[in-house]
Amino acid sequence: MTGQRRGRILLNRTAFLATGVVILFFVSVLLGSYTVTIPDFFTIVYNHLTGGPRIPGASFIVMENKLPRAVIGTMIGLAFGLAGALFQTMLRNPLASPDIIGISYGASAAAVVAIVIFGASGAVVSGAALVGALAVAGLIYAISSGGIRGGGRGNAAGNRLVLAGVGIAAALHAVVNFLMTRADIRTAADALVWLNGSLNSANWDRAGILFLALAVLLPAVGVIAGPLRILELGDDTAAGLGIRVNAARLALVIIAVTLAAVATAAAGPVSFVAFLAGPIARRFTGKASLPASALVGAVIVLAADFLAANLAPLVLDGTVLPVGVITGALGAPFLLWLLVTNNRKDA
Amino acid sequence: MTQSSTTAARQAASPGTSVPGTAARAPGNARAFPGKRAAWLLAAVVVLAVLAGASLGVGARGLPLGTVWDALTLFDPANGDHAVVHARIPRTVLGLLAGGALGLAGAAMQGVARNPLADPGIMGVNAGAALAVVTGIYVFGVGSLSGYIWFAFIGAAVAAVVVYCIASLGRDGATPVKLALAGAALNAGLYSLMSVILVSSQDTLDKFRFWQVGGIAGRDWSVVLAGLPFLAAGAVIVLLTGRILNSLALGDDIARGLGQRVGLARGITALGIVLLCGSATAMAGPIAFVGLVIPHAVRFLTGPDYRWILPFSLVLAPVLLLGADIVGRVVLLPGEVPAGIMTALIGAPVFVWLVRRGKGAGL
Repeated sequence: MTGQRRGRILLNRTAFLATGVVILFFVSVLLGSYTVTIPDFFTIVYNHLTGGPRIPGASFIVMENKLPRAVIGTMIGLAFGLAGALFQTMLRNPLASPDIIGISYGASAAAVVAIVIFGASGAVVSGAALVGALAVAGLIYAISSGGIRGGGRGNAAGNRLVLAGVGIAAALHAVVNFLMTRADIRTAADALVWLNGSLNSANWDRAGILFLALAVLLPAVGVIAGPLRILELGDDTAAGLGIRVNAARLALVIIAVTLAAVATAAAGPVSFVAFLAGPIARRFTGKASLPASALVGAVIVLAADFLAANLAPLVLDGTVLPVGVITGALGAPFLLWLLVTNNRKDA
Repeated sequence: MTQSSTTAARQAASPGTSVPGTAARAPGNARAFPGKRAAWLLAAVVVLAVLAGASLGVGARGLPLGTVWDALTLFDPANGDHAVVHARIPRTVLGLLAGGALGLAGAAMQGVARNPLADPGIMGVNAGAALAVVTGIYVFGVGSLSGYIWFAFIGAAVAAVVVYCIASLGRDGATPVKLALAGAALNAGLYSLMSVILVSSQDTLDKFRFWQVGGIAGRDWSVVLAGLPFLAAGAVIVLLTGRILNSLALGDDIARGLGQRVGLARGITALGIVLLCGSATAMAGPIAFVGLVIPHAVRFLTGPDYRWILPFSLVLAPVLLLGADIVGRVVLLPGEVPAGIMTALIGAPVFVWLVRRGKGAGL
């Protein structure tokens, strides 16, 4: 009875979140420094697709700037939210998300190497970020898996993963800092914007690549969600129920890391989205839920980007902040709060 | 698990706490021959002296030790080589001071937090200093290394206190994972705030990025002198806490039973740590991993006794920092890799190794 009720609440609230994503999507396309009316928006999109007459100014701003920005924002939000929730569920540790355990730093370091040393831009930077994230994820997994076999299970293994990630992140941070001193100041400024995670250079090419990646990854998440729910019961129980624990876990890691990596490649490491989405979704819907986490991720990115692109320039005379600055500034206090309240629970 | 009966007894006496002494396979014979540790300490001092000499000689213009000696004893202002040696003196002194401060602070931090992973870089101290420096550059237009020092000092001190307070909430105290995560969270938050300034002001970024890497090059005497009083005060406080740290290592209950006023003891040690970290970061910029790695290396030589760990860390940490600086000078000629980068590249594998040994996850 109560289970049924909770299920209905989950469904209602998930629908609510989905509506929120749609509303925020249109808010960020239509409102802001350049306002577009709803009929105009549909005219612009229709004419763009059919090759009809363009509205001077408005067509360009909507099709080349605002729409790709919102589309990429939604997709990276979904990807980060899912990646974070997968990690947190799998490791049974709310603190284990790709940005905390250093995978994003792998992407950053590789991307800065590409920007500063090879003078790359656009797709090459994204590719480098993808490779960097996967390489660091592999490294962290290799480091912590030795310990997992050594008898530490569940929480201890998760903690080891977190700590290995923190250490690697610190070393990569040093590399990034060093490269920043080697570049000329304009390149360094470009790299800094990228390092914070930004939608400022969103375009349709990136949106297309990201869409293709998600078209493969989202069904994969759907397939893996069943074994994940059983893994949550504990490794021994899962093995008893006929799950091949190690294979399932490896598949989960690969899917989650790839999700985080493609999102990072598209927009840079937007901090804390992956980490925040899971816990917020659980508090909001009363249950750990992958779709809700993904939707919360999208809500966070769209709302933060709206603030970064429209409110920040008013305060900082004209500077469009990278979206990651907003999510970082809001996410850090939340992480600290989570630490404090978790501690209280232990006591 | 432990080889020394002393540490085993301590573990039995305080179940559930992670005794830093257990991180070392204490050589049982060190206790039998107290003179041996003194001999090791003397050897470490000799190594440090040689390295300091090398630091004066090595660089884009390499000079033999004989020339270095001449420049120090019979300085001839007309001699170009002698001028080069003298130009390298502030940097070497700064390496000695900052290295020693980081080593001491790291050892004391690990003792007072009963946490093998405590380190100024991981604990968010560097980020606090960095945000304060950025604010100094942007808001107050500070543009010189001697101007950054006060901002760095205050930022580092505030961040250290905040991270430790957050991590020690709850009954199980400041466990490794909570400290690392509180540090990581503060790092991320502070860097976001910093980015707000750096993205909107390219001038600030241009000055800040060179401070940010951490190093001992290009500082003059004013930087050394400004930091020295704080550093000296912190060093004296921390060096006197060896006994306190030894009893804290037994766990709060036993320490209290031995007549230790635990809260007061922690507070005094923490004051010393903040003075040391703050002045080191102010002088040399953010330098990670020296404070983490050295005390662990030292425990192999000394065993778990903080009365020995502290002086050994004081002597061996500058060996790492100066060594990293010297390697950084020659590895990328004609350019230089700052010491802060080299220490991170050396320190990260050690950190990972510690985690893998399971000491880090000892909850």
